[in-house]
Amino acid sequence: MDNNKSWIDQRFPLTKVWNEHLAEYYTPRNFNFWYFFGSLAMLVLVMQIVTGIFLTMHFKPDAANAFASVEYIMRDVDWGWLIRYLHSTGASAFFIVIYLHMYRGLLYGSYKAPRELIWILGMVLYIALMAEAFMGYVLPWGQMSYWGAQVIISLFGSVPFIGPDLLIWILGDYAVGDPALNRFFSLHVIALPLILVVLVFLHIVALHTVGSNNPDGVEIKKNKDKDGIPKDGIPFHPYYSVKDIVGVVVFLMIFSSVVFFAPAMNGYFLESANFVVANPLKTPDHIAPLWYLTPFYSVLRAIPPMFGSQFPGVVGMFAALLILLALPWIDRSKVKSIRYRSWPYKVALGVFVISFIVLGWLGMQPVTPLNALLARVFTVAYFGFFILMPWFTSIGKTKEVPTRVTE
Amino acid sequence: MSEQEIDLKKRRFLTKATSVVGAVGVGFVAWPFLSSWMPSARAKAAGAPVDVDISKLESGQLVRVLWRKKPVWIFRRDASAVASLKTLESELTDPNNEEDQQPIYAKNTHRSIKAEVAVIVGVCTHLGCSPTYRPELGAADLGGEAWKGGFYCPCHGSKFDLAGRVYAGAPAPTNLIIPPYHFVSDSLIRIGVDPKAS
Amino acid sequence: MKKLLKTTLPVLAGLILSLNTLASPAGGTLDRANTDINNQNSLQNGAKLFMNYCSGCHSISFMRYNRIGKDLNISDADVEKYLMFNGEKTGDKVTSSMPDAGAVKWFGTTPPDLSLISRSKGTDWIYTYLRGFYIDESRPFGVNNKILVNVSMPDVLWEARQNKSTEDFDQDVRDITNFLDYVGEPAKLVRVDLGYKVLGFLFVLFILSYLLKKEYWKDVKYGKWRAKD
Repeated sequence: MDNNKSWIDQRFPLTKVWNEHLAEYYTPRNFNFWYFFGSLAMLVLVMQIVTGIFLTMHFKPDAANAFASVEYIMRDVDWGWLIRYLHSTGASAFFIVIYLHMYRGLLYGSYKAPRELIWILGMVLYIALMAEAFMGYVLPWGQMSYWGAQVIISLFGSVPFIGPDLLIWILGDYAVGDPALNRFFSLHVIALPLILVVLVFLHIVALHTVGSNNPDGVEIKKNKDKDGIPKDGIPFHPYYSVKDIVGVVVFLMIFSSVVFFAPAMNGYFLESANFVVANPLKTPDHIAPLWYLTPFYSVLRAIPPMFGSQFPGVVGMFAALLILLALPWIDRSKVKSIRYRSWPYKVALGVFVISFIVLGWLGMQPVTPLNALLARVFTVAYFGFFILMPWFTSIGKTKEVPTRVTE
Repeated sequence: MSEQEIDLKKRRFLTKATSVVGAVGVGFVAWPFLSSWMPSARAKAAGAPVDVDISKLESGQLVRVLWRKKPVWIFRRDASAVASLKTLESELTDPNNEEDQQPIYAKNTHRSIKAEVAVIVGVCTHLGCSPTYRPELGAADLGGEAWKGGFYCPCHGSKFDLAGRVYAGAPAPTNLIIPPYHFVSDSLIRIGVDPKAS
Repeated sequence: MKKLLKTTLPVLAGLILSLNTLASPAGGTLDRANTDINNQNSLQNGAKLFMNYCSGCHSISFMRYNRIGKDLNISDADVEKYLMFNGEKTGDKVTSSMPDAGAVKWFGTTPPDLSLISRSKGTDWIYTYLRGFYIDESRPFGVNNKILVNVSMPDVLWEARQNKSTEDFDQDVRDITNFLDYVGEPAKLVRVDLGYKVLGFLFVLFILSYLLKKEYWKDVKYGKWRAKD
């Protein structure tokens, strides 16, 4: 055994990697509930890749056959229904996990120096994941797939000057059809998963370079013992590996409950209109993107057309997403963790979370005058959080941050 | 409660128990994925028994049908062809059908239910090509005088007689496969279903 | 952490509940179908009624005869006798024999495939629809429907409606609905049972992994990784 190990170690840094990233990678000892979601996101990514590989074996990326091939998977392929439900539930689970993971960053200031790059890489991951999910949702070629794609891709048509040509280039046709389905399939199963995996790798490399933040926002590397081990650090393996296993099992229990007892999740994970094959002649009565995209969809709808163009709404939608990238630089607070922040930040974060959830909910609702008004109010609140951040993070009295992590 | 003793035995036990149960779980998870490679309901439906009408099949004539995506030959042998099968035994690898390449009711010299009607899966047992039907006696390229009619695989030169038995020295190791089949009536063969036990 | 859970969980639960009520399909006028997918008699009766009254015009083309037979415990011979009328093979899909052109001539439209009707419309809708026909002489077939106004389908169940008691008729409609619910998702017959087994297994794994975690974390609490000042 040891012989084998040294044989490999002379040729590949196996023991070195194991020690640097697991057995001697020191992690703050005070992680709480919010620190489960990084490893869970990894789990869901692997699960999506494995189930996706198997679905690809039976799926037909062809407008004439795609819908039927999904039902073929659901009925004719042995256990195909389970693999498909794991994948469709996994898509929503991915976003739940990612949103909680991101919220953790907001709670404890994990994006602040020296972790700006981790945040940026994470945000790029999140955007790539949205593209991945959107294209995946087109593949079953139901009514929602079709009309959702139609609406989202039409946004590109509103780009000034080049819009109409850009639209046709993206679609490879004059409307959503077989060419779009085929290229989305290719991007969904090859290009974007590759990008996601590479980004996850970089995200973790960056994390392991600076080390994890923690609920106190204390830099554990500032307090080392005589051996150079952070006094508040514990090796990731075995302590956090066994802890993460518990998190994984609990997550799987919740996840399985959805897969086996409510795979459509009342229309949130699989929309009922998507059980009707795509029909370019008839739009469903009510269309909405899947829940994880709706906050941004709401922002799009909240911004009225200007100069006879929908483009400002599109800009607003992408701005709502991209503005998150600025967080590390617009947060002026001296402290990281919510535990020691001043009250204005706590209030602002609360308003932001409420805005995000309300916008998400509005994105699923039909447009009414009241809904439109609400969407505008909360869009302003959403952007207000970022625009006013330099101000409200520099006022109010912050609490004294301890030098060591608290129990 | 400060320096509590670490119970290494308990720790080892829990590590093992969790690993074993976890591994069982991974096994359970693997099962649906592996099963999804089995023929689907569609493949099974497409592989349903095939009926062939042989009322118009003349002596020496061969028809091919697809059964489970594989070519199946149905051809009629005249009396002299059937008789010649017995004379070839010394030249064959497995003249008496010791290898399990046929249903029990076809384990005879002519490898069929009725001597004059042959039903054979037309897939070479070497590497899966479909051999060519060469019924002409004494074909010069297949050994001249000695050739009593049979099949020749173009891929690697395996030769089979008119009962699908392989000639010794050919790359193919065994005789061709005889599928399950039965006569629904004198003129109708159903491929894919054994004769009723009664 | 406990405090966090205490504060966030109720909020989350409330949010999910309110979303659910808000998302329930429009039109509170639907009657409850109250189908039970585990009631095999109901499914068998539903299959028979569907094949007799509906399958002449409507396909359920994602479904195969032998799958129905296997799932509903009907022998191949009985499937051929009671469910198949057009000399298909048992592995074939259940498709109506009506030509599209004829359908347009007779009904003004092609009757939709019903494989997924229970998933796109819901069982309550099917149940209400089938019970919702009423006399309307202005329509081509002399009937109209409460929830699908100006329907092009005749009231194929009118005979049963007249000859049977309301309870028996409702039960027939419920059985057809139940069968269509099964047709929409055949896996529904097995997935709930399997779900309990999976949860049971995960629960065992949870206990073990939790004890393992607790055991190792004694190091952090009392042992070698306790921070020394």
